[in-house]
Order: sequence, then structure tokens, then C-alpha cells
Amino acid sequence: MDTNPQDGGVLERPAEDRKAAVRDGRPQSIKTSRDSQQGGLYAEHFKVYPKAISGPFRTIKWVVLALCLAVYYTVPWLRWDRGPGAPNQAVLIDLAAPRAYFLGIEIWPQEVYYITGLLVLGAVGLFLVTSLAGRVWCGYACPQTVWTDLFMAVERWIEGDRGARIRLDRQPLTQEKVLRKTAKHAAWLAIALATGGAWVLYFDDAPTAFKALVTGHATTREYFFVGLFTATTYILAGWAREQVCTYMCPWPRFQSAMLDVHSLVVTYEAWRGERRGPHKAGTSWEGRGDCIDCGQCIAVCPTGIDIRDGQQLECIGCGLCIDSCNDIMAKVGRPPNLIRFDTLANQEAKSTGSDHRYRLLRPRVVIYALVLVAVAGVMLTALETRSTMAISVLRDRAPLFVTLSDGSVRNGYTVKVINKRRGEGAYDLAILGQPGATLAVQDVGEAHGTDGVALPVHGDAVATFRVFISLPRTALVRDGGPKASIPLVFSLTEEGAAPAHTTFYEGVFMGPGAKP
Amino acid sequence: MSTNIEKDAHTGRETTGHEWDGIKELNTPLPKWWLYTFYACIAFALGYTVLYPAWPSLHSHTKGVLGWTQRDTVKSALDAREQTLAPVKAKLLATPIGDVEKDPELRSYVQAAGHIAFAENCAACHGAGGAGGKGFPNLADDDWLWGGTPEQILQTVTYGVRNANENSRVSDMPRFGADGLLTKEQINDVAEYVLSLSGTGTDKAAAGRGTAIFADNCAACHGEKGEGNPDVGAPRLNDAIWLYGGDKATVVQTITYARRGSMPAWSERLDPATVKLLAAYVHSLGGGK
Ligand code: SF4
Ligand code: SF4
Repeated sequence: MDTNPQDGGVLERPAEDRKAAVRDGRPQSIKTSRDSQQGGLYAEHFKVYPKAISGPFRTIKWVVLALCLAVYYTVPWLRWDRGPGAPNQAVLIDLAAPRAYFLGIEIWPQEVYYITGLLVLGAVGLFLVTSLAGRVWCGYACPQTVWTDLFMAVERWIEGDRGARIRLDRQPLTQEKVLRKTAKHAAWLAIALATGGAWVLYFDDAPTAFKALVTGHATTREYFFVGLFTATTYILAGWAREQVCTYMCPWPRFQSAMLDVHSLVVTYEAWRGERRGPHKAGTSWEGRGDCIDCGQCIAVCPTGIDIRDGQQLECIGCGLCIDSCNDIMAKVGRPPNLIRFDTLANQEAKSTGSDHRYRLLRPRVVIYALVLVAVAGVMLTALETRSTMAISVLRDRAPLFVTLSDGSVRNGYTVKVINKRRGEGAYDLAILGQPGATLAVQDVGEAHGTDGVALPVHGDAVATFRVFISLPRTALVRDGGPKASIPLVFSLTEEGAAPAHTTFYEGVFMGPGAKP
Repeated sequence: MSTNIEKDAHTGRETTGHEWDGIKELNTPLPKWWLYTFYACIAFALGYTVLYPAWPSLHSHTKGVLGWTQRDTVKSALDAREQTLAPVKAKLLATPIGDVEKDPELRSYVQAAGHIAFAENCAACHGAGGAGGKGFPNLADDDWLWGGTPEQILQTVTYGVRNANENSRVSDMPRFGADGLLTKEQINDVAEYVLSLSGTGTDKAAAGRGTAIFADNCAACHGEKGEGNPDVGAPRLNDAIWLYGGDKATVVQTITYARRGSMPAWSERLDPATVKLLAAYVHSLGGGK
């Protein structure tokens, strides 16, 4: 039997069963979102009315939801003392400075690779989790899921559960309908506004920005972004919902590359569920499956699909259908977990009565884990050894070099010195191994030979200096002839730093070469 | 390719009716809302073409009912820049040229704005970064025809050299050969002497004969030892820098026909703030005294 997770694999019910199901039809009240995708070029909108359910998976979902929202709304308010003159917000992206702060870490724009590293970690982490346990990210932690869940809870609270909502929508426009709908959208917009409002707090001192926002003194840009995220939250969590996962998000499309038959996914035990059909209490279970075809698994599904059709792109792995079916199994007195988190290989084994086995440690899992550890290691090392100063040197292109009246040659450089400390710094710039050198820093000072010039740099700043270096012609003579270009090493030493800290820059010095 | 829509037995879904080498594709129709988004984009585009300049005609284009043009945007951006720069320009005009480099704000303004003004006005002759060329002095070195102090540079930029401006810097080197003031042999000897001042001469005897000729004809402007005189724009001859070339043939040619390079009076073309900006920038190129 085919075991590709994407086309149903072992969970596909035998063709004759399917034909029977198509012939019998599902319970008329329960349509799946897939039913709307039949025929034509464009599919009609299919509105999903997920039914309330309780159970272990639902509880996990509530806990994760509460956790995610709590993190999102409280993080901008956390404080972190960085000393005078520095922002005291624990997590802050200051676009104007431009700096990003994460607790004790401060990131300059040229260190944006830390962010790249974080994104790589996030992606590989997602790969690892998916190859082990399927789409748990989608089902529990994705902002689209979290906010949609929140919006659905509000909707249920105002309009009632599945049946009530369906009735309300079919109803003609009564006062009650108008009232309930208005209340729902107002509540949604309020949540959306809070979402958009919290977003901008990450980019500015939260207490100040919050005060400015509510008193109408924030910048147009801030109001624009509040408006933008209010609108996207309202549209995506209120209206688009599962459409985002099914049609807009790229992740469902390539997650199949991470899944294999040993990944835990939400599956239906077709081998014991079929043949499905209504069951009269007290009658025998002989010769039939455990599924009573009540359609409850479809009714609770936030994406409106039938998990009994096998693995589907639409399934976000939330596990709510497991909770719902377990309720039913308890009621009819059959073993639980007809729908369960399991691996497809396990299901195959069970269906043939052979020994089932879990194989969590597969090559892909090991590789993802190794990559994760490697990237995390590189980032930690980079962070540990992050220098508090840096030098960058740009040699003048025009003129390439200047001949001075005494015949010596001068090159011009633009030297940038970065002081990542908070306080004022002095940095000794010197040229290595050129006793005849003259080092002149415009408006700062001059030194000869291997002596250095002290460059003053404000705290948390980059200072730019014009530097002129002159060498006697003889310095350019190498291997018996005058060279057009020789290497030149700059050294930059932080004054008063303990331990002494020096960084080097290997540049070049150019001259006329063999030309007179 | 046939178009034979059928129901797929395996999934119970319809195919698109397309078939490639026996492979059939399931129909997964696009949701209608996505189609409506596409229509909304078309509506937006149409509205845009009404509001903004859009459709080309043979010689022009539709102007759009908002009357928006990119030129206006550029102009208002330039005006805004003019406004923000006004105080620093005023400060530059009020500051004596010798003190400009001591002011950090003026210094960074000179570096940024001077670079652009120099590229627009001066680089054509003096080269990018003031690198110079044959006949056009290098402005980054430590050798100055008319002096390298900020004041002297400002004077040169303002009034120029050998032009019609009444305050122009002027001096004329005699055409020693062309006007018959010296014979060919004398020119050869004095050229050898000049080269010997910077240690590049080859004919000691000729240089010796040229000593007296130099003292009589050249030293008044170029100095006893060829040290030059910025008051009259007489180049220093005892250094390694040559405006027209330091080989014997070129030196002979210079003495025979003289050199009379000229430079415009920039005060006639640019506003005083820009002239001062250029002088300060040139001074900062590395050779300023
Ligand atoms: S909830 Fe369980 S019993 Fe009911 S239709 Fe779904 S799988 Fe069958
Ligand atoms: S099929 Fe089950 S696990 Fe998948 S989205 Fe629907 S309810 Fe969640």
C-alpha cells in the first residue's frame, strides 16, 4: 500500500468503501470545506462553523493561546537596566537609532546576521518539530491559529455554538441578528486594535508610546502601523481564518518534505473505523467499524475537513477532532482514539496486525537537530566574542596616491571606528612595521613611525576620520623594484581597556610603481 | 491534450479534464474571494490611472486629475533641503575661512556638500578628488602655485587665474625661446640647472653653465634656489612635483614657450556660500597649509 502521507496513504479507505461512502453520502448536515471545491474554475466560499469541544487537546490549545497572548502583550512592558542614556526596555527595535535590544544583547545594523541566525534557528526548529510531531506549530502556536481561536471564542460567546450560528446566518435580518453581529464585529475590532497597538510598542519606549497613542500624540507612522495591523488582524482572524492556511500560507505546501511515515500526525484508524455507519444502541458491533459516522469530527474542525479522508493539506494538526471523537467513543462504549496522534507506519502495522513501532530517530531528525545545534553554537560563539569596537578602512580611489614635494607618497583613507560601549572611548590608531610612515588624522593629530594617534569616539557611536598616510618612496621598493601597491596594516587599540584589546585591518598602500 | 472531465475514483474528486502522458490533474478550484481580490486590483489600477499621470500619448501623457508630477516632488524636496541647509550656509558665510575646519558642524557640511560641489564644478579639470592632471594642478598634494592657506585658496577660487576678472590672479612667464630672449643652448643649460635642483639632472657641466642664466632670468620669480613664490604663482622647481612634466624635453618646452594656465573666477558663476564651501573643501583634500 502506498504510504505517502500526502495522498492518504494507509489511511485511505479501500476504494469500495469510498465508493460506498460517496454513494451513501455523509450525514447531510455535515459538509466539508472540500465539498465546496467540486467542479468549475472557482470555488464558492464555504463558511466553517467549528463546534465547541473540550478535551485534553482543547485544553493544551487554551494554555498555549494564553501563553502566546501573554508574551505578546507583556514583553514590551518589561524593563532592563542598561545604564544612563540607553533605553531601559527589555525588547526593543529602535529603527531610528538604529539598534535592536534583546535583554542584555544589543544589535547594530551591521550585526543583522544575528537576526538571520534567529530566523534560521526558527526554520530548522520548525523542520525538526514537524518531522517529529507534524504540524504542531500550525495547530497550536502560529499567530494565525492563536488569533483565529481567540476570535472564534468571542464569536461563540456572542453568537452561540455551531448550530446557533448556522441558524443565525440563515435567519432574516432581525434586530437580534443585527445586535449580535454588531457586538461580534465590535469585539473583534477591539481585539484587533489591541493587537495593532501592542505591535508598535516593540518599536518605541512602550510607556511613552502607549501614552502618546491614547492621547493622540503619536506620529502618523505609528497610527498607520496600528491601523495596518488592526486591519490585518481583523481580516485574517475574523474573516479569512482557514483560508490563510489553505490558500495563502506557503508552509503547508512544503511541510510534506519534512513529514514521513514515522512522523506523528493526526490520523483516523480506518482499519477499525470502517465500515462506518450509524449504530443503534444495544446492537452488535460485529462486522462493522467503530465509526458511527456522526460527523462530530467534521463539526469541530476549524478548517472544516473530514480527517477520515486521510492526510490533507488543510489539516493544521490541532487535534480537536481527537477530542470530539473520544467523547463519542466514550458514549458508544468503544475504545478511545479512533482518531489519534500516531505515525502512519504505526497505523499500517496495526491495520495488518503486526507489531507497531515508533522510530523517532530518523536521519532527517538527526540532521535537523545537528543543524540546530550547529547554528545555535555559531550564534552563541559570535555573541560571546562580540567585540565592543571595530574598524573599517576605505582607501581613496581618487586620487589613487599623491606625490609630495619631497618625493614621498601619500594615500588617503576614510577610517570608521565603532565604539559599542556606552561611555566615551579613545582608540589608538597606528601603522604597523613602517618606521618611515607619517600618519595624519585630519583635525585630530599626527604621528610618525609606529606611534599612534588617539581617536576620540563617543559612546554607542561610529566616528569617521580622514586619515593621510605618507611613506617614503623607499618603503614601496620590494624585491628589488618599486611596487605599485604594498600591504599596509592598521592597528586599533582601545585605550585603558583591560585586558588590552587590539584589532587589525589589512589594507593596501599604492604608489606610482615603476613609472618615474 | 483532451478535455475530458471525469470523477477520480481514488479521491472522489473531479479532474480538470487535462491529461499529459496519462497523468491527470485533480481540479482544485481557486476560491472566489481570490478572484475578487484580482478584480479589486484592476479597479485600483483604473482609479490610479485616472488620478495620476498614466497613459502615454504620441507627444505627452495623461496628467491625472490630482495634477501630481514628479517634478513638483523633486522641487519640494530641494526646497526642503535648501531650508534645512540655510542655517549652516549662513554660519559658513559668517565664519572666517581659516576657522571653518575648527567647527565640527561646518567640517561635516564641507565634507558632504563640498564633495558634490567639487564634482560638479572642479573635477572636470582637477580630476575626481583633486587628483589633477597635466596642466591642472593636483589639489591634494602639498605644493601650491598660489598658496595653500585657506585664505589663499579662497582668493584663487573666487577670482581665478589669468582671466578677465579685474581681481584675477595674474603673472606671465616670458616665452624665453619663442621670443628670442634665450638661445637654444642657453635654454638647454638652464633646463639642466632646473633639473639639478631636484636632483634629476644628468649633465653637470651644462647645469653649471645654466646657473648664471637662471640667476639672471628666472630667480626673480622662482627664487634663488628654485623655491618658488606663491605671490606671483611661480612654481617651486626644487621638488618632485611637476605640473607639466619633469623630463628634460618638457622642461625645455616650458622654458621656450612658457605656460599660462588659467582658471575661471568662480565668484562670477557661483554664489558666495558655494565658493567658500569649495575653498574649504579643497583645503581639506590633504595638502592644505
Ligand atoms: S467523530 Fe468519530 S465516530 Fe463520529 S464520524 Fe468522526 S470518526 Fe466517526
Ligand atoms: S482534521 Fe482534526 S486535526 Fe486536522 S484541522 Fe481538523 S480538527 Fe484539526
